[in-house]
Amino acid sequence: MTTIIVSTLFTAVWVAITGSASFHNLAFGFLLATLCLWIVRDEMGGRGYWKRFGRVLSLLVLFLKELALSAWKVAVLVVSPRMDLKPGIFAFPLTVDRDFEITLLANLITLTPGTLSVDVSVDRKTLFVHAIDCSDIEATKRDIAEGFERKIMEAFR
Amino acid sequence: MDMLFALATAALILSGSAFALIAAIGLNRLPDIYTRMHAASKAGTVGSGLMLLAVGVHSGDLATLARALAGFFFFILTAPVSAHLLAKAAHQVGYSLSPRSVCDEMSDYEKRI
Amino acid sequence: MSAPDTVLSVAILIGLVLLGIAFLLTVYRVIKGPTLPDRVVALDMLVGIVIGFIGVIAIRTGFTLYIDIAISLGLVGFLATVAFARFILARGRDGSSEGAPAAAEAAPAERAGGRAKAKAKAKPAPPAAGKGRKA
Repeated sequence: MTTIIVSTLFTAVWVAITGSASFHNLAFGFLLATLCLWIVRDEMGGRGYWKRFGRVLSLLVLFLKELALSAWKVAVLVVSPRMDLKPGIFAFPLTVDRDFEITLLANLITLTPGTLSVDVSVDRKTLFVHAIDCSDIEATKRDIAEGFERKIMEAFR
Repeated sequence: MDMLFALATAALILSGSAFALIAAIGLNRLPDIYTRMHAASKAGTVGSGLMLLAVGVHSGDLATLARALAGFFFFILTAPVSAHLLAKAAHQVGYSLSPRSVCDEMSDYEKRI
Repeated sequence: MSAPDTVLSVAILIGLVLLGIAFLLTVYRVIKGPTLPDRVVALDMLVGIVIGFIGVIAIRTGFTLYIDIAISLGLVGFLATVAFARFILARGRDGSSEGAPAAAEAAPAERAGGRAKAKAKAKPAPPAAGKGRKA
Protein backbone atom coordinates (compact mmCIF):
# COMPACT_ATOMS: atom_id res chain seq x y z
CA MET A 1 0.00 0.00 0.00
CA THR A 2 2.72 2.42 1.03
CA THR A 3 4.69 1.51 -2.05
CA ILE A 4 1.76 2.36 -4.31
CA ILE A 5 1.33 5.78 -2.71
CA VAL A 6 5.02 6.58 -2.91
CA SER A 7 5.29 5.41 -6.50
CA THR A 8 2.26 7.54 -7.40
CA LEU A 9 4.09 10.47 -5.84
CA PHE A 10 7.23 9.65 -7.82
CA THR A 11 5.14 9.33 -10.98
CA ALA A 12 3.79 12.82 -10.37
CA VAL A 13 7.34 14.15 -10.05
CA TRP A 14 8.35 12.29 -13.21
CA VAL A 15 5.44 13.76 -15.16
CA ALA A 16 6.24 17.21 -13.80
CA ILE A 17 9.86 17.00 -14.89
CA THR A 18 9.28 15.48 -18.32
CA GLY A 19 6.38 17.86 -18.84
CA SER A 20 3.96 15.58 -20.64
CA ALA A 21 0.99 13.88 -19.04
CA SER A 22 0.17 11.45 -21.84
CA PHE A 23 -0.87 7.93 -20.95
CA HIS A 24 2.39 6.45 -22.18
CA ASN A 25 4.46 8.79 -20.10
CA LEU A 26 2.34 8.14 -17.02
CA ALA A 27 2.69 4.41 -17.41
CA PHE A 28 6.42 4.69 -18.02
CA GLY A 29 6.81 6.96 -15.01
CA PHE A 30 4.91 4.53 -12.80
CA LEU A 31 7.05 1.67 -14.03
CA LEU A 32 10.20 3.67 -13.36
CA ALA A 33 9.03 4.66 -9.87
CA THR A 34 8.22 1.07 -8.99
CA LEU A 35 11.60 -0.03 -10.26
CA CYS A 36 13.34 2.65 -8.15
CA LEU A 37 11.41 1.63 -5.04
CA TRP A 38 12.14 -2.01 -5.71
CA ILE A 39 15.85 -1.25 -5.79
CA VAL A 40 15.74 0.39 -2.34
CA ARG A 41 13.15 -2.06 -0.91
CA ASP A 42 15.37 -3.04 2.03
CA GLU A 43 16.01 0.52 3.11
CA MET A 44 12.35 1.51 3.01
CA GLY A 45 11.42 -0.59 6.04
CA GLY A 46 7.71 -0.20 5.31
CA ARG A 47 6.89 1.91 8.36
CA GLY A 48 4.03 3.65 6.63
CA TYR A 49 5.57 7.11 6.64
CA TRP A 50 3.19 8.39 4.02
CA LYS A 51 -0.04 7.52 5.72
CA ARG A 52 -0.45 10.84 7.44
CA PHE A 53 -0.34 12.81 4.30
CA GLY A 54 -2.31 15.76 5.63
CA ARG A 55 0.12 16.39 8.45
CA VAL A 56 3.06 16.13 6.10
CA LEU A 57 1.34 18.72 3.96
CA SER A 58 0.88 21.04 6.92
CA LEU A 59 4.56 20.60 7.72
CA LEU A 60 5.33 21.60 4.13
CA VAL A 61 3.18 24.73 4.42
CA LEU A 62 4.87 25.70 7.69
CA PHE A 63 8.22 25.11 6.04
CA LEU A 64 7.47 27.34 3.04
CA LYS A 65 6.23 30.07 5.36
CA GLU A 66 9.36 29.88 7.49
CA LEU A 67 11.56 29.87 4.40
CA ALA A 68 10.00 33.09 3.13
CA LEU A 69 10.31 34.63 6.59
CA SER A 70 13.91 33.53 6.93
CA ALA A 71 15.00 34.92 3.57
CA TRP A 72 13.32 38.18 4.51
CA LYS A 73 15.02 38.33 7.92
CA VAL A 74 18.45 37.69 6.45
CA ALA A 75 17.74 40.37 3.87
CA VAL A 76 16.76 42.90 6.53
CA LEU A 77 19.82 42.03 8.61
CA VAL A 78 22.22 42.36 5.72
CA VAL A 79 21.00 45.70 4.46
CA SER A 80 20.70 47.31 7.90
CA PRO A 81 23.52 49.84 8.16
CA ARG A 82 24.81 48.75 11.57
CA MET A 83 24.81 44.99 11.73
CA ASP A 84 24.01 43.94 15.26
CA LEU A 85 25.33 40.38 15.30
CA LYS A 86 25.57 37.96 18.16
CA PRO A 87 26.41 34.74 16.31
CA GLY A 88 27.18 31.51 18.10
CA ILE A 89 26.65 27.77 18.17
CA PHE A 90 24.20 26.32 20.68
CA ALA A 91 23.36 22.74 21.53
CA PHE A 92 19.76 21.68 20.92
CA PRO A 93 18.61 18.57 22.83
CA LEU A 94 16.82 16.27 20.39
CA THR A 95 13.55 14.59 21.25
CA VAL A 96 13.20 12.83 17.90
CA ASP A 97 15.55 9.87 17.62
CA ARG A 98 15.12 8.27 14.20
CA ASP A 99 17.67 9.09 11.51
CA PHE A 100 15.03 10.19 9.06
CA GLU A 101 13.43 12.58 11.52
CA ILE A 102 16.75 14.04 12.61
CA THR A 103 17.66 14.64 8.98
CA LEU A 104 14.36 16.34 8.32
CA LEU A 105 14.61 18.48 11.45
CA ALA A 106 18.18 19.50 10.62
CA ASN A 107 17.19 20.51 7.11
CA LEU A 108 14.19 22.46 8.32
CA ILE A 109 16.29 24.24 10.93
CA THR A 110 18.78 25.28 8.28
CA LEU A 111 16.08 27.00 6.29
CA THR A 112 14.46 28.81 9.20
CA PRO A 113 15.24 32.34 10.31
CA GLY A 114 18.78 32.80 11.56
CA THR A 115 19.63 29.18 12.31
CA LEU A 116 21.84 26.65 10.54
CA SER A 117 22.44 23.12 11.74
CA VAL A 118 26.12 22.28 11.97
CA ASP A 119 26.45 18.79 13.41
CA VAL A 120 24.81 15.97 15.31
CA SER A 121 26.58 14.52 18.33
CA VAL A 122 27.72 10.92 18.12
CA ASP A 123 25.03 9.66 20.50
CA ARG A 124 22.33 11.45 18.44
CA LYS A 125 20.95 13.30 21.40
CA THR A 126 22.19 16.75 20.56
CA LEU A 127 21.98 18.87 17.46
CA PHE A 128 24.45 21.72 17.17
CA VAL A 129 22.87 24.77 15.62
CA HIS A 130 24.60 27.93 14.51
CA ALA A 131 22.41 30.95 15.12
CA ILE A 132 22.96 34.42 13.82
CA ASP A 133 21.37 35.86 16.94
CA CYS A 134 22.39 34.04 20.10
CA SER A 135 21.15 36.66 22.54
CA ASP A 136 18.23 34.49 23.70
CA ILE A 137 19.16 30.85 23.24
CA GLU A 138 16.34 29.48 25.38
CA ALA A 139 13.66 31.19 23.29
CA THR A 140 15.20 29.86 20.06
CA LYS A 141 15.33 26.34 21.48
CA ARG A 142 11.71 26.59 22.57
CA ASP A 143 10.66 27.80 19.12
CA ILE A 144 12.28 24.82 17.42
CA ALA A 145 10.96 22.29 19.94
CA GLU A 146 7.38 23.58 19.80
CA GLY A 147 7.36 24.34 16.09
CA PHE A 148 9.14 21.91 13.80
CA GLU A 149 9.95 19.14 16.21
CA ARG A 150 6.36 18.82 17.41
CA LYS A 151 5.08 18.93 13.82
CA ILE A 152 7.51 16.21 12.78
CA MET A 153 6.40 14.05 15.70
CA GLU A 154 2.77 14.56 14.70
CA ALA A 155 3.41 13.79 11.06
CA PHE A 156 5.53 10.68 11.38
CA ARG A 157 4.40 8.90 14.53
CA MET B 1 -4.77 38.73 -18.66
CA ASP B 2 -1.47 39.20 -20.48
CA MET B 3 -0.79 42.17 -18.26
CA LEU B 4 -1.42 40.07 -15.15
CA PHE B 5 1.08 37.43 -16.24
CA ALA B 6 3.60 40.09 -17.19
CA LEU B 7 3.23 41.80 -13.81
CA ALA B 8 3.58 38.52 -11.92
CA THR B 9 6.67 37.58 -13.93
CA ALA B 10 8.17 41.03 -13.44
CA ALA B 11 7.55 40.87 -9.69
CA LEU B 12 9.18 37.42 -9.50
CA ILE B 13 12.20 38.53 -11.53
CA LEU B 14 12.69 41.66 -9.45
CA SER B 15 12.32 39.94 -6.07
CA GLY B 16 14.50 37.02 -7.18
CA SER B 17 17.34 39.24 -8.35
CA ALA B 18 16.95 41.44 -5.27
CA PHE B 19 17.37 38.40 -3.03
CA ALA B 20 20.42 37.28 -5.03
CA LEU B 21 21.93 40.75 -4.65
CA ILE B 22 21.19 40.81 -0.92
CA ALA B 23 22.80 37.40 -0.51
CA ALA B 24 25.88 38.67 -2.33
CA ILE B 25 26.03 41.77 -0.12
CA GLY B 26 25.66 39.55 2.92
CA LEU B 27 28.47 37.37 1.68
CA ASN B 28 30.73 40.41 1.75
CA ARG B 29 29.49 42.08 4.92
CA LEU B 30 29.10 39.20 7.38
CA PRO B 31 32.12 38.46 9.56
CA ASP B 32 32.78 34.71 9.35
CA ILE B 33 32.09 31.64 7.24
CA TYR B 34 29.16 30.44 9.34
CA THR B 35 27.21 33.67 9.16
CA ARG B 36 28.02 33.96 5.45
CA MET B 37 26.48 30.56 4.98
CA HIS B 38 23.23 31.94 6.37
CA ALA B 39 23.11 34.52 3.61
CA ALA B 40 24.09 32.13 0.83
CA SER B 41 21.89 29.21 1.81
CA LYS B 42 18.71 31.18 2.47
CA ALA B 43 18.56 34.35 0.44
CA GLY B 44 20.55 32.77 -2.40
CA THR B 45 18.30 29.73 -2.68
CA VAL B 46 15.14 31.79 -2.54
CA GLY B 47 16.58 34.09 -5.19
CA SER B 48 17.34 31.41 -7.75
CA GLY B 49 14.10 29.57 -6.89
CA LEU B 50 12.02 32.68 -7.58
CA MET B 51 13.76 33.08 -10.93
CA LEU B 52 12.77 29.55 -11.94
CA LEU B 53 9.19 30.25 -10.87
CA ALA B 54 9.26 33.40 -13.01
CA VAL B 55 10.11 31.29 -16.06
CA GLY B 56 7.28 28.90 -15.21
CA VAL B 57 4.73 31.69 -14.78
CA HIS B 58 5.89 33.49 -17.88
CA SER B 59 5.50 30.47 -20.14
CA GLY B 60 1.82 30.15 -19.16
CA ASP B 61 2.14 26.44 -19.83
CA LEU B 62 1.33 23.90 -17.16
CA ALA B 63 4.11 21.49 -18.12
CA THR B 64 6.76 24.19 -17.85
CA LEU B 65 5.33 25.47 -14.59
CA ALA B 66 5.43 21.95 -13.17
CA ARG B 67 9.05 21.59 -14.20
CA ALA B 68 9.89 24.96 -12.66
CA LEU B 69 8.18 23.92 -9.43
CA ALA B 70 10.10 20.64 -9.40
CA GLY B 71 13.33 22.61 -9.83
CA PHE B 72 12.33 24.99 -7.04
CA PHE B 73 11.76 22.13 -4.62
CA PHE B 74 14.98 20.50 -5.73
CA PHE B 75 16.94 23.63 -4.84
CA ILE B 76 15.15 23.95 -1.51
CA LEU B 77 16.00 20.35 -0.67
CA THR B 78 19.66 20.50 -1.66
CA ALA B 79 20.63 23.90 -0.23
CA PRO B 80 20.43 22.93 3.46
CA VAL B 81 22.28 19.68 2.81
CA SER B 82 25.24 21.40 1.20
CA ALA B 83 25.24 24.18 3.80
CA HIS B 84 25.18 21.63 6.60
CA LEU B 85 28.00 19.57 5.09
CA LEU B 86 30.15 22.63 4.58
CA ALA B 87 29.51 23.98 8.09
CA LYS B 88 30.26 20.59 9.61
CA ALA B 89 33.47 20.21 7.62
CA ALA B 90 34.62 23.73 8.45
CA HIS B 91 33.91 23.33 12.16
CA GLN B 92 35.43 19.88 12.40
CA VAL B 93 38.62 20.97 10.71
CA GLY B 94 38.80 23.96 13.01
CA TYR B 95 37.93 27.13 11.15
CA SER B 96 37.02 29.48 13.94
CA LEU B 97 33.92 31.52 14.55
CA SER B 98 34.26 35.27 14.36
CA PRO B 99 35.46 36.94 17.58
CA ARG B 100 32.02 38.56 17.87
CA SER B 101 30.42 35.18 18.57
CA VAL B 102 28.83 34.95 21.99
CA CYS B 103 28.87 31.18 22.50
CA ASP B 104 30.17 27.94 21.03
CA GLU B 105 28.61 25.01 22.84
CA MET B 106 29.88 22.62 20.19
CA SER B 107 33.53 23.17 21.09
CA ASP B 108 32.62 22.91 24.76
CA TYR B 109 30.96 19.59 24.03
CA GLU B 110 33.93 18.31 22.06
CA LYS B 111 36.24 19.33 24.87
CA ARG B 112 34.19 17.33 27.37
CA ILE B 113 34.36 14.04 25.48
CA MET C 1 5.38 47.29 -28.28
CA SER C 2 2.43 46.55 -25.99
CA ALA C 3 2.21 47.46 -22.32
CA PRO C 4 2.88 43.93 -20.93
CA ASP C 5 5.99 43.63 -23.10
CA THR C 6 7.28 46.95 -21.83
CA VAL C 7 6.77 45.95 -18.20
CA LEU C 8 8.53 42.69 -18.82
CA SER C 9 11.50 44.11 -20.66
CA VAL C 10 12.06 46.77 -18.01
CA ALA C 11 11.91 44.09 -15.30
CA ILE C 12 14.34 41.92 -17.26
CA LEU C 13 16.75 44.81 -17.62
CA ILE C 14 16.67 45.67 -13.92
CA GLY C 15 16.95 42.01 -13.01
CA LEU C 16 20.01 41.57 -15.21
CA VAL C 17 21.67 44.62 -13.66
CA LEU C 18 20.97 43.43 -10.10
CA LEU C 19 22.21 39.94 -10.90
CA GLY C 20 25.32 41.41 -12.53
CA ILE C 21 26.15 43.39 -9.39
CA ALA C 22 25.51 40.31 -7.23
CA PHE C 23 27.77 38.30 -9.52
CA LEU C 24 30.63 40.79 -9.21
CA LEU C 25 30.26 40.99 -5.41
CA THR C 26 30.37 37.21 -5.15
CA VAL C 27 33.41 36.99 -7.41
CA TYR C 28 35.07 39.52 -5.13
CA ARG C 29 34.43 37.20 -2.18
CA VAL C 30 35.83 34.25 -4.15
CA ILE C 31 39.03 36.17 -4.85
CA LYS C 32 39.37 37.66 -1.38
CA GLY C 33 38.73 34.47 0.56
CA PRO C 34 40.28 34.50 3.13
CA THR C 35 39.73 30.78 3.81
CA LEU C 36 38.83 27.86 1.59
CA PRO C 37 35.30 27.38 3.02
CA ASP C 38 34.60 31.06 2.35
CA ARG C 39 35.48 30.51 -1.27
CA VAL C 40 33.38 27.37 -1.49
CA VAL C 41 30.36 29.20 -0.09
CA ALA C 42 30.90 31.98 -2.61
CA LEU C 43 31.21 29.48 -5.47
CA ASP C 44 27.99 27.82 -4.34
CA MET C 45 26.34 31.22 -4.34
CA LEU C 46 27.76 31.84 -7.82
CA VAL C 47 25.90 28.80 -9.12
CA GLY C 48 22.68 30.22 -7.66
CA ILE C 49 23.25 33.55 -9.38
CA VAL C 50 23.98 31.86 -12.70
CA ILE C 51 20.73 29.93 -12.35
CA GLY C 52 19.05 33.29 -11.94
CA PHE C 53 20.76 34.51 -15.12
CA ILE C 54 19.58 31.43 -16.98
CA GLY C 55 16.03 32.10 -15.78
CA VAL C 56 16.09 35.68 -17.03
CA ILE C 57 17.54 34.63 -20.38
CA ALA C 58 14.86 31.93 -20.66
CA ILE C 59 12.17 34.57 -20.22
CA ARG C 60 13.85 36.94 -22.63
CA THR C 61 14.35 34.42 -25.43
CA GLY C 62 11.25 32.34 -24.74
CA PHE C 63 13.16 29.04 -24.73
CA THR C 64 11.66 27.17 -21.78
CA LEU C 65 14.19 24.41 -22.36
CA TYR C 66 16.55 26.56 -20.31
CA ILE C 67 14.75 25.34 -17.17
CA ASP C 68 16.25 21.90 -17.65
CA ILE C 69 19.67 23.44 -18.01
CA ALA C 70 19.12 25.41 -14.80
CA ILE C 71 18.07 22.27 -12.91
CA SER C 72 21.10 20.34 -14.16
CA LEU C 73 23.38 23.21 -13.22
CA GLY C 74 21.84 23.22 -9.75
CA LEU C 75 22.57 19.50 -9.46
CA VAL C 76 26.18 19.93 -10.58
CA GLY C 77 26.63 22.84 -8.17
CA PHE C 78 25.25 20.79 -5.29
CA LEU C 79 27.55 17.89 -6.07
CA ALA C 80 30.51 20.23 -6.38
CA THR C 81 29.78 21.75 -2.96
CA VAL C 82 29.46 18.31 -1.40
CA ALA C 83 32.76 17.27 -2.98
CA PHE C 84 34.41 20.45 -1.69
CA ALA C 85 33.10 19.76 1.81
CA ARG C 86 34.61 16.28 1.68
CA PHE C 87 37.84 17.79 0.44
CA ILE C 88 37.96 20.28 3.31
CA LEU C 89 37.41 17.44 5.75
CA ALA C 90 40.14 15.33 4.19
CA ARG C 91 42.65 18.13 3.79
CA GLY C 92 42.44 19.51 7.29
CA ARG C 93 42.99 23.10 8.27
CA ASP C 94 46.54 23.81 7.23
CA GLY C 95 46.93 21.62 4.20
CA SER C 96 48.80 23.74 1.73
CA SER C 97 49.81 27.31 1.00
CA GLU C 98 46.29 28.70 1.35
CA GLY C 99 45.98 32.48 1.31
CA ALA C 100 46.29 34.53 4.51
CA PRO C 101 47.51 31.81 6.88
CA ALA C 102 48.54 34.49 9.38
CA ALA C 103 44.98 35.79 9.80
CA ALA C 104 43.60 32.28 10.05
CA GLU C 105 46.14 31.40 12.71
CA ALA C 106 45.58 34.55 14.74
CA ALA C 107 41.82 34.18 15.06
CA PRO C 108 41.62 30.92 17.07
CA ALA C 109 43.87 32.36 19.75
CA GLU C 110 41.11 34.75 20.75
CA ARG C 111 38.61 31.99 21.23
CA ALA C 112 41.08 29.41 22.45
CA GLY C 113 38.98 26.51 23.78
CA GLY C 114 38.89 23.19 21.99
CA ARG C 115 40.20 24.78 18.84
CA ALA C 116 43.71 25.08 20.24
CA LYS C 117 43.68 21.41 21.08
CA ALA C 118 42.44 20.46 17.64
CA LYS C 119 45.11 22.58 16.05
CA ALA C 120 47.83 21.07 18.18
CA LYS C 121 46.62 17.65 17.19
CA ALA C 122 46.54 18.58 13.53
CA LYS C 123 49.91 20.28 13.45
CA PRO C 124 52.43 17.42 13.52
CA ALA C 125 50.97 15.34 10.72
CA PRO C 126 48.11 17.12 8.95
CA PRO C 127 46.92 14.35 6.59
CA ALA C 128 46.95 11.64 9.21
CA ALA C 129 45.22 13.79 11.81
CA GLY C 130 42.43 14.65 9.39
CA LYS C 131 41.81 11.02 8.60
CA GLY C 132 41.95 9.95 12.20
CA ARG C 133 39.25 12.34 13.32
CA LYS C 134 36.98 11.42 10.46
CA ALA C 135 37.01 7.74 11.25
